[in-house]
Amino acid sequence: MTGASVTAFEKGKTRVFGRSVSRIEDLPLVTGRGRYVADLDFPRQIHMRVVRSEEAHGRIVAIRLDAARAVPGVVAVWTHADIAGLPPIDFRDPAAEALKPYRQPLLAKGVVRYVGEPVAVVLAESPYVAEDAAELVAVEVEALPPLLDAAAPPAAFAPGLSTEALELSQEYGDVAAAFREAHCIVEAELSIGRHSGVPMECRGAIGRYDAAYDVLELWGAAKVPHRNREALARFFGRPSSSVQLHECHVGGGFGIRGELYPEDFLVCAASMRLGCPVKWIEDRREHLIAANHSRQQHHRVRAAVDAEGRILALEDAIFLDQGAYVRTHGARVLDLTLAMLPGPYRVPAFRAVGHFRLTNKTPAATYRAPGRYEGTFVRERLLDAIAARLGLDGVAIRRRNLIASNEMPYARQLTANGHPIILDSGDYAGLLRAALEAFGWEETEARLRERRAAGEFVGAGLSFFLEKSGQGPSDSALVSVDSGGFVEVVTGGASLGQGFETAMAQICAETLGVDYRRVRVVHGQTDRIRFGIGAHASRATVMTGGAVHAAASEVRRKALAQASVLLQAPADELDIVEGRVVRRDAPMGASISLGELSRASGPGRDGAGNGMPGLYSESWFHTEGMAFPYGVHIAVVRVDRATGQVAVERYFVATDVGRAVNPMMVEGQITGGVVQGLGGALYEEFRYDAAGQPLSATFAAYLMPTMREAPKVEVLIAEDAPSPNNPLGIKGVGEGGCTGAGAAIASAIDAAIGRPGAVTALPATPERVLSLLEAARR
Amino acid sequence: MKPAPFDYHAARTVEEAVALLAEYADRDGRIIAGGQSFVPMMAFRLARPSHVIDINGIAALGRLAVEGEVLRIGAVVRHAALETLGCAGVLGRLLSQMARLIAHKPIRNRGTFCGSIVNADPAAEWCLAAVTLGAEIVAQSVREIRVLGADGFFTGAMTTTLAPDELVTECRIPLLRDGTRFGFDEVSRRAGDFAMAAALATYRVEDGRIVEPRIGVGGVEPCPKRIAAAEARLAGAAPDHRLFAAAASEAAAAVEPMDDGEASRGYRQRLVRAVVTRALERSLS
Amino acid sequence: MSQKLEVKLTVNGRDYVLSLEPRWTLADVLREHCGLTGTHLGCEHGVCGACTVMIDGQAVRSCLMFAVQAQGKAIVTVEGLAGPGGELHPLQQAFIDHHALQCGFCTPGFLMLAHATLLESPDIDDEALIDILASNLCRCTGYKNILAAVKTAAAVMKARRRQP
Repeated sequence: MTGASVTAFEKGKTRVFGRSVSRIEDLPLVTGRGRYVADLDFPRQIHMRVVRSEEAHGRIVAIRLDAARAVPGVVAVWTHADIAGLPPIDFRDPAAEALKPYRQPLLAKGVVRYVGEPVAVVLAESPYVAEDAAELVAVEVEALPPLLDAAAPPAAFAPGLSTEALELSQEYGDVAAAFREAHCIVEAELSIGRHSGVPMECRGAIGRYDAAYDVLELWGAAKVPHRNREALARFFGRPSSSVQLHECHVGGGFGIRGELYPEDFLVCAASMRLGCPVKWIEDRREHLIAANHSRQQHHRVRAAVDAEGRILALEDAIFLDQGAYVRTHGARVLDLTLAMLPGPYRVPAFRAVGHFRLTNKTPAATYRAPGRYEGTFVRERLLDAIAARLGLDGVAIRRRNLIASNEMPYARQLTANGHPIILDSGDYAGLLRAALEAFGWEETEARLRERRAAGEFVGAGLSFFLEKSGQGPSDSALVSVDSGGFVEVVTGGASLGQGFETAMAQICAETLGVDYRRVRVVHGQTDRIRFGIGAHASRATVMTGGAVHAAASEVRRKALAQASVLLQAPADELDIVEGRVVRRDAPMGASISLGELSRASGPGRDGAGNGMPGLYSESWFHTEGMAFPYGVHIAVVRVDRATGQVAVERYFVATDVGRAVNPMMVEGQITGGVVQGLGGALYEEFRYDAAGQPLSATFAAYLMPTMREAPKVEVLIAEDAPSPNNPLGIKGVGEGGCTGAGAAIASAIDAAIGRPGAVTALPATPERVLSLLEAARR
Repeated sequence: MKPAPFDYHAARTVEEAVALLAEYADRDGRIIAGGQSFVPMMAFRLARPSHVIDINGIAALGRLAVEGEVLRIGAVVRHAALETLGCAGVLGRLLSQMARLIAHKPIRNRGTFCGSIVNADPAAEWCLAAVTLGAEIVAQSVREIRVLGADGFFTGAMTTTLAPDELVTECRIPLLRDGTRFGFDEVSRRAGDFAMAAALATYRVEDGRIVEPRIGVGGVEPCPKRIAAAEARLAGAAPDHRLFAAAASEAAAAVEPMDDGEASRGYRQRLVRAVVTRALERSLS
Repeated sequence: MSQKLEVKLTVNGRDYVLSLEPRWTLADVLREHCGLTGTHLGCEHGVCGACTVMIDGQAVRSCLMFAVQAQGKAIVTVEGLAGPGGELHPLQQAFIDHHALQCGFCTPGFLMLAHATLLESPDIDDEALIDILASNLCRCTGYKNILAAVKTAAAVMKARRRQP
């Protein structure tokens, strides 16, 4: 399939692919019949409560458990001493050896390194009792000075170990020469605040050990169940066939949900040791101090440019605040930041050095558009600064530097996760033109100029983003048709609410010629399929969709071959319409249903022949290259001159997604992504005081946008550059809505207060903006 | 985030409630009315009462009525009831405007005016209204009934002069004379969040001159307060934009703002100028 | 040890006689004792609105109320929104039609908030509606489609009232 240049489904000639059909997921969810992990109970289950560090950094002197153990209903109380045989949490993928000493133990071992670190667990008959007893666990800590600034000089993580765990760099071209010969050098110092995905459902896990069959189950899995099965099997030294992960409904993922955390291992260990199911449901305060944070970076960036504003070289020093431990992703976010920093622009020479540093805050990892939200903010801020320096406008500077469509595929000379970045396809300038026209850029700018002249602080800003998606190399799917003509698609994908089932059903239904509502889609169950990539990094629709297409194509081939005997017509003269095989030249004539074909080809039946019986196929999709979606964000903001508050009056995103499986769902992904991105741009921040105490541990302090703050996002979906790297031409859409938001909002605030380059830090809180505004008026 | 255990008492009369309170006050027995601030405190286990005395079933405390020259607001009158207050003239209009800015509708459906006063959050709209408008707070115990002026009732953030065994049975707010102008403004990070600064202004105009000006500021210091210097600036002057700006400057100069990480001292100071100006500007519309 | 009280709750027209610790929140009791897990817990401190239910016709946070306080009141949860034959309420249908949900976790809270709102103010204008819907958090949709769905449902309900 690799390298297919024509997409499988011709535009305008599809029945369900590319259509905004309603979702097959929705009915249980609107009637209260969903089943999230907290809704699931097993007989004889007990409940786990985690005792967490209240100090940011310190040496554990003593942990007193007697009072907690004496509470009626308490089954066990554990500290690190009780699980000392279990290793720290390993990286999901192979990571640098240097990172190993920074992995997190399940329970703190001698030292606590952030407020929220698990120190002990209480296992009890009810969540209320578990919490009562957890309060009685007395942890005595001798405080050590906390390190809270990743840009400050590193300190000692442990004897002989620096808090700078790793330095990553990527480089190409003659950077030194470019800076020597530049017309001018434009510099910026920029930072992105600590925030994260914060799904509406907190985490949860149920460990259940079935001693009769020696199977360990983890319920409440998400995102990457199959890969987590391997990780759990390695961790406990079990055959992976004896470890099964089960996804329930998942209340949002955004990158942070579904990674393996201490609690996931602890419920498994406890269920095996205590012989009963162990349930842990995170509460919101825990979530805000224990689940992965993300995004906090500081950049010292500069560009060498020629007199026309063409970038000659880009150089960046990045300080990433990883928090207290290195979690399952290793240094993934830093790697992605470096790799994607140049984005959609021609950058002849490039050097970036990333400092991966530990601090005494909650550990960090990926959040929707990891490394790209940050890098896009930095790069697009720099573009704005170059424009301001040379007296160009923001559109002109971008046009001048965008990679042209005839340069595709474009090899970037950088790698992401070790894979070379080869931009697959795209008409960047064309999309920019279309975006400006659809948005009404000229008219809007004119109107905003008038309003500014009348004393209002209003402005528009834009950003261009490049995303990555569909990283391979392989995924599989099983498609089968039963005797009733119902179709089952078994995938190793995962659903986090993004519409995975519907998208897969649409691809299968289009390929097979059935009603998409007769397709059942299985995901997130490791006992149903051997392999799976889950759902992350905008790859599910590309990779699993590719596999579903391949499997459904094979089932279609089988069905037509069988029907050709029964209907006495060559297979290529047959079609499948609404689940029935018909002759193309006589669609109302003789026909046979897929259900009948399934029955006829069952094991032992005549139709089965010598091959694999049934209407069934397990197929694989392989691809070498990634698909790179891209797009434009445009924001119009109004700044309150007296308070510095920023209101987003309008927000527009144009994005090329290759092919949209379901435009309604694509728009939903973009819109939701924008509001999350806007949260990080204006409201959301995990703040700490000087002692390392978290100040954003409630929903009254961690400020996510409500409907009042959210603009009515306008979305232009373009399908001008299908990806040549998969047969459907799809590019992932999960992240682009978020990616460009910080950059666009910052640019719009600059315009509103009439001071280019003013916004250098996110979130742009009212207090910060008011200071900028006052500085601008001076 | 599950509350610690407690015993529950549903009081049917005020007498029963204060008797229970007298019995359990020294063991952190507490009253629950709307519970919209109290229950979160319990969920975080920042409050862990041994006994909870529920006054929601006491019909007499649901009274919301004008009597003589005051509006009487019983202890279980919800914020939502004030949102649609049809009586009390100018005061009623003022309170219903303010009510709409309290948190969000589901919270207003349950939370109470008096509970907000007792909770004494520095940024609470009702605490600001009580101080600015000279409300009286009626506190009852088995020992006595005290009538406390709102001015002096608040002693710090989340603290008041209420004794542990006292139940606030009602608040009384003097009606505003016909023709009183008013304006309220607050600045919060998001819709429904607690204000980083809020201002309430009332005054009347006689012969083109401002009389009886009141300027209250909340969310800035640990307790809401009236700003005498700003009021002095307004008194006797003709209402106009320049005067309002001058009064706002007086207000900004007269506060010593909290610095709570959410907003710095300096920022709050600037917000005071903004909210006082806007509250006064709104009085013209 | 802990006090337990015999309480009768009326949920979706059905009575549940339960023996409850006073500290159990209404949300927990609906979920754990009535088996109505459609009411979700997203924050347990009254901010996110996922646990919103309707009590005596008004939207209320069920995490900020103890179950013992709900005795004698008419409680409606998302499970009680569809008709007796399972026919979807106009709000439920509109949420599906407008793609007003992704992960669905906040959905029951939004449905109950909107339901109570439209019962109280069938002709509510957009700004007032946004003010009310701003009380609940959604992390997936960006809200646009939720607003559109509620407005559509309001129109459908109004039309139905006109032609019974």
